[in-house]
Amino acid sequence: MTPTRSETNNLLLRLWRNQESRAVIIQIVTMAVLFVFIALIARNIVINLAAVGKEFSFNFLMWPAAYDITFSPFIEYTNQSTHLRAATVGALNTLLVAFFGIILASILGFTLGILRLSSNWLVNRIAYVFLEFMRNVPVLIHILALYSLIVVLLPPAKKAINIGDGTFFLSNRGFYVPSPVFESGAGIVGVVLIIAIVCVILFKRWAKKVQNETGKIYPVFWISTAVIVGTTGIAFLATGMPLSWDMPVLKGFNFKGGMALKPEFLALWLALSYYTACFIAEIVRAGILAVSHGQTEAARAMGLRPNRTLQLIVIPQALRVIVPPLCSQYLNLTKNSSLAIAIGYMDITATLGGISLMQTGREMETMMIVMGFYLVISLTISAFMNWFNQRIKLTER
Amino acid sequence: MGAQTTKQYAPGTHPDLPPPVRTTGPIAWMRINLFSSPLNIALTIASVWILWSIVPGILDWVVFNAVWSATDRKDCWGQMAAARDGACWAFIRGSFKLFLYGWYPEDQRWRPNLCFVLFLVAVVGVLRENMPGKKYWLWYAVAFPFIAAWLLVGGFGLPPVSTNKFGGILLTVVIGVTGIAFSLPIGILLALGRRSNLPTLRTVCVVFIEFIRGVPLITLLFVASTMLTYFLPPGSTFDLLMRVLIMVTLFSSAYIAEVVRGGLQGLPSGQYEAANSLGLTYWRAHQLIILPQALKISIPGIVNTFIGLYKDSVLVLIIGMMDILGLGRARLNDADWLGLAPELYLFIALFFFICCFSMARYSLNLEKRLETEHRR
Repeated sequence: MTPTRSETNNLLLRLWRNQESRAVIIQIVTMAVLFVFIALIARNIVINLAAVGKEFSFNFLMWPAAYDITFSPFIEYTNQSTHLRAATVGALNTLLVAFFGIILASILGFTLGILRLSSNWLVNRIAYVFLEFMRNVPVLIHILALYSLIVVLLPPAKKAINIGDGTFFLSNRGFYVPSPVFESGAGIVGVVLIIAIVCVILFKRWAKKVQNETGKIYPVFWISTAVIVGTTGIAFLATGMPLSWDMPVLKGFNFKGGMALKPEFLALWLALSYYTACFIAEIVRAGILAVSHGQTEAARAMGLRPNRTLQLIVIPQALRVIVPPLCSQYLNLTKNSSLAIAIGYMDITATLGGISLMQTGREMETMMIVMGFYLVISLTISAFMNWFNQRIKLTER
Repeated sequence: MGAQTTKQYAPGTHPDLPPPVRTTGPIAWMRINLFSSPLNIALTIASVWILWSIVPGILDWVVFNAVWSATDRKDCWGQMAAARDGACWAFIRGSFKLFLYGWYPEDQRWRPNLCFVLFLVAVVGVLRENMPGKKYWLWYAVAFPFIAAWLLVGGFGLPPVSTNKFGGILLTVVIGVTGIAFSLPIGILLALGRRSNLPTLRTVCVVFIEFIRGVPLITLLFVASTMLTYFLPPGSTFDLLMRVLIMVTLFSSAYIAEVVRGGLQGLPSGQYEAANSLGLTYWRAHQLIILPQALKISIPGIVNTFIGLYKDSVLVLIIGMMDILGLGRARLNDADWLGLAPELYLFIALFFFICCFSMARYSLNLEKRLETEHRR
């Protein structure tokens, strides 16, 4: 006869059958397994590192890197600089392409999402075909294909495509644009601009308060535009137009002057942007469709004009659905920027995780820094997303 | 009005009038869908203009001016009206076997072929509705990865083939299918762990999931290719493909875990309470009540993750593995076929588009089918 539960004398079995003690047992076992696992790995690392005569330290960051980085728009870098500096250049390059990528992807994504919602059949279909083709192809192929298009198909610098009568040049060395040169007095214009923006923000708050209390509506948008453009324009003229443009000029085999968007940067930036934009478009479309039609009808019944309906009723509610997945797309874009290594754009994966790793043989340390960098970005964007979610959350009773 | 009526009809005797042109037929369709407002008219004209200026050029290049058989690129371009006037598909045709199998030994290629057939059988068996003997098909699908591994790698009676001979589409599909097959169960376990009420278990799962989701796949592949040997007992070696497969599986299981967690959170708590009040144990409750419903909700997310994983498999090129993209790029350096990058990338893009788009369509179809079951 099998013993029933009350007859069981086996202590372990009884502990296992009690829910609370079972929880304790499972947790102890989890911790034990985890500790043994980590200890084993640590032991293996120590033995393996000793076997190849390597130590674990970050002092290699101070050694000269001895490799060139062609694209360093923010800080000075020569091949005599340290690995730390190379890593910093890489990190800044990652942030640069991620920042501009996010901006362009948002613009393209919202546009495509709205086109996809268009009642015009032809526009709708074109947007659909474009979106489906683009997002079902790996982003790495987009990047490589765009890069080879730029490098192979665009003409060399001598025969650069001239856009706008000597202002912009498109060649296989990159896209050359005039760069702004600030002369004395430009600082004053900047200060005036900042003051104007602060004033406009204060005015907006005040106008909102007045509207809440009395129902009187000011044309906030037009007044703000007039204030910002007007004051800055006057300051600009009063200080004697302290801004000139440095034009790119062809000298020998390449351009001098102006700003250059390198082919690597262009390819990575554009490919990441339109690839991510396809996902953003679907998110935007889903978000707008998620606002029930009753909301629009209610707004119309209250006498709101169509654009006020969109602005006050549809967009705030759609944003609630759009923002969380949108943020994860921004994160994806940032992480995908690590594919820069495939075309030689020097981001942090290519500098520290690529060449520095190969030169110093410090796989462990370099990969820890690179992963830490991406983790910090991810956690920052997630934290921002949580904060924003809290702000726009549906406030129920 | 009354002045024009010439003939009187008794009620009910008037012959049927043709439908009004304004509301039915192609003209009305165009009025509603293309020319309903000034903005729409402008958009339609702009779209037609864009199509008119792009599509003929693309069609000429891809189909009409293309060359399908040639010995090298010079020969290819010689057959066109002007060099680069059309695509040189001869390049893809000539390397097609290589793109398909990599360097898999010629006399053993029946093994990947057989694998592919078995794979199709497994897919059809699992995905088709009303298949007799559903249970056995599922067991077969579970066993399939192991059968396939034995067939491809060899041993136990088959001549062994080294995994560094794998390449091209074969390698891409191996990485994709392995990742898909193993990341789902691991992902479900991680999701359950994250929702467990045991603090240590939960913390371990949260840290793992957030870490993996916070770093790019490429850094994990670097870890697999350069660092992983340090973690293993001294002297042990580990196949590179195996290391990559483990990393890819772990990577996508973290994403699956988040999708499944969403599904679990979407279930009303009454379902959990009902399962508990029936006296079901944790595992029985999840097997019978919770997971079938939670997975059903999360199907779109799961398929999207699978598509992402399949597309991400091309990243192995960066650590030097010769998948379809890596092999293609290696062929581009061949002196005979220099500079045919557009053809290559278009071919690979089409390959991925067909795979991923059909997965997406299937998931849409499945969603619709499951939704009708819920309708009351």
